[in-house]
Amino acid sequence: MTDADYTMAELMVAAAAREIRDGEVVFVGMRLPLLAFLLAKSTHAPRALSIYENGIIRATPSRDPVFTVSDPTNNLGAIQTGSALDALGILQRGRVDLGFIGGAEVDRYGNLNTSYIGGWKRPAVRLPGSGGGCDIASLAGRLLIIMAHERRRFKARVDYVTSPGYGDGGDWRRRMGLPRGGPAAVITTLGVLRFDPEGGEMYLDACHPGVTPEQVQAATAWPLRVSPQVGVTLPPTEPELRIIRQYDPQGFWTR
Amino acid sequence: MPSYLELRRRMEERDRGLREKVVSLSEACRLIRDGDHVAVGGCHYSRTPSAMIWEIIRQQKRNLTFSRSITSTEGDLLLVAGATRHIITSWFSPAVTYGVSKVMRHYTQSGEARFEEWSHLSMGLRYRAGAMGVPFIPIRTMMGSDVIRQLPEVKELECPYTGEKLVLLPALNPDVALIHVQRADPYGNGQWDGLPFMDADIALAATRVIITTERLVSNEQIRRAPDQTRIPFFCVDAVVEVPYGCVPHECYGLYEPDFDHLDEYVKVMMGQGVEGVQGYLREYVEGPASWEEFLAKVGVQHLLKISAAGRRMSYD
Repeated sequence: MTDADYTMAELMVAAAAREIRDGEVVFVGMRLPLLAFLLAKSTHAPRALSIYENGIIRATPSRDPVFTVSDPTNNLGAIQTGSALDALGILQRGRVDLGFIGGAEVDRYGNLNTSYIGGWKRPAVRLPGSGGGCDIASLAGRLLIIMAHERRRFKARVDYVTSPGYGDGGDWRRRMGLPRGGPAAVITTLGVLRFDPEGGEMYLDACHPGVTPEQVQAATAWPLRVSPQVGVTLPPTEPELRIIRQYDPQGFWTR
Repeated sequence: MPSYLELRRRMEERDRGLREKVVSLSEACRLIRDGDHVAVGGCHYSRTPSAMIWEIIRQQKRNLTFSRSITSTEGDLLLVAGATRHIITSWFSPAVTYGVSKVMRHYTQSGEARFEEWSHLSMGLRYRAGAMGVPFIPIRTMMGSDVIRQLPEVKELECPYTGEKLVLLPALNPDVALIHVQRADPYGNGQWDGLPFMDADIALAATRVIITTERLVSNEQIRRAPDQTRIPFFCVDAVVEVPYGCVPHECYGLYEPDFDHLDEYVKVMMGQGVEGVQGYLREYVEGPASWEEFLAKVGVQHLLKISAAGRRMSYD
């Protein structure tokens, strides 16, 4: 196996894992976020803690792969299996440093839509909805977004704000009654994007290997700001790939 | 929204004395009246009171409002059966791995049914307020979202203590709660293993509570571990013993979801939409004469497989 032999999902998992700092309390979702947490935990963040919105608190990986948060295997060996309100209350109390979330659409201020494509009055697609997404986006210390980078998904303004980012920019969150938090990064299939700390607007921070800023712009439906020091995402290392494949042996999420 | 005195009156008119209340699935279902708000315990495909929902469909209940923290395949079945046109929940689809429910999309995109969306935390706090007997509860999420703009019952408030901007959620007091547990005694003292979800709050918030249980146990056994009693008997109106009562969903420590059955269901539901689910209902809900016959139809091989997987979790 050479370093070049990795999938896009594995690259995204590695990039997401690097956003997790050691000792952090992380609100973990399914799919790639779970793998990113396990990778961070196995490498640079051994003291990180995972909380799942159904009430599970884990300091160690589950024995078997987990497909949805309440799977029995996610209960075994947990520190606590509490109620949904236990976990979401911990989030509201402000004890969660980092939350993960995905979405069908995101906009230039990091607002996410998982409810209605095409507006709520006459939706083209009714999506499954918020779940804990709106709560995580409102309350986590930092928010990490993972999603496919396509022009129809990266809109100037999302059709519907399920989970608030920086609203329409500036001090919007504070005015709305969301004094902390907000998106820190978006890990996509093309690169890593971050947010201007003043205005809250998304900018391109790094392209994945082989991707140009022009390609990222072409897949983004607003004039995308690009960092003057735009970099290249570090590919997953061989040890990182080994760990990802240990937790996703069938490649269910990453192939 | 019913007043506090009205909610108290509804509970006071129930017989709360110590009495055995073991009944059949169909007798318990008669406690549900057309038009009721029915709250469903468990979450997603975990500890779902599937047998009770199956019976609701068979008895052709109408105009029910359903609420649940996260809604899975049971929501499809209730919509297609015509039992409900109004579901209050935070997330609705079979599972992350199965994509967006075509049935949910059919009914909601046409406007035929309402999928009233709240955040997961707000569902939990609404039940909690209902359980605590207060009319509302403040929350720090949903501000600035479009979710809140479709919920006229949510009010904004400047906190009288801190001056912060908060929103207030109205309490949710269901008419009936459906809760599935691993064990209960004939009086209705219920104990569960594994994740509690929102079940205790749902039961305490509701006016009537129907418990289905994997095993009926003695009151002595309940009292040997009173720390595990989650629902006390005087809140409960009916107890039904229904082994494998969550199938095709899971019941912690006993059986995992029947993914083979769910795969088949999702194939039919996503492939043929409402008509596919109508066929599923004919075959699996209307056809079998009893829940035991439904289980036989699902197949003993399936039950053995999910039991082995469910028990392996705690045996090795």
